[in-house]
Amino acid sequence: MKVSIQQQDFDLNAEVRGISGGGKVGAVASFVGLVRDVPMTLEHYAGMTEREIGKIVGQASERWKLIDVTVIHRYGELKPADQIVLVAVASAHRGEAFAACEFIMDYLKTRAPFWKKEHRAGSAEWVEAKASDDTAAERWDPPGGRKTG
Amino acid sequence: MKIRLLFFASLREQLGRSGEEVDLPSGVTTVAALREHLGQRGGAYGKAFGGKALIRAAVNQDMVQPSARIEAGDEVAFFPPVTGG
Repeated sequence: MKVSIQQQDFDLNAEVRGISGGGKVGAVASFVGLVRDVPMTLEHYAGMTEREIGKIVGQASERWKLIDVTVIHRYGELKPADQIVLVAVASAHRGEAFAACEFIMDYLKTRAPFWKKEHRAGSAEWVEAKASDDTAAERWDPPGGRKTG
Repeated sequence: MKIRLLFFASLREQLGRSGEEVDLPSGVTTVAALREHLGQRGGAYGKAFGGKALIRAAVNQDMVQPSARIEAGDEVAFFPPVTGG
């Protein structure tokens, strides 16, 4: 497993190759999030971010049979079309890889301590959290399971 | 009881600082009580913590509910709902 919180860009192909070795991997599902429309600054809570994403990957590994996972999230100044986040999951079969990739992304959106500030002409504003992100994460909760904080 | 406070994003800007050391009165032993205590300072703190604004908290870098207990030496962070990804 690799979790990296970094300012610099990443290379999807290199990261996918990095979790594809060993001969047991039959499927790699990856997700890349990009900056849309507006330049932004991403702030995070160093230390907690790595820890929280590590926990999310751990939960995914308990639910599905995964061979390897890489999560990269950038912070700092980003401009439209820049890559922000990568989740790549390797497993023997595609079902686990697809599901775990979406699970990790949904939980990351609601639990990893990142905050976006958008820079428009003459103003800079913090992005408001979306209720739809909570809903996306909650659909993975077991019935009667705890709600996210 | 001494703890370390951290603030992030809009909360950090509202308060004009990213953190501080505080010595809490003996009655303040949960995250909810700490929020109330900070709100009672008035000014920017009153605005940030006194109202009904949605604020998340973490104790020692674990996301917690308002009922979570605080102990001496803890790192307690307050921040708005997260918007990464």
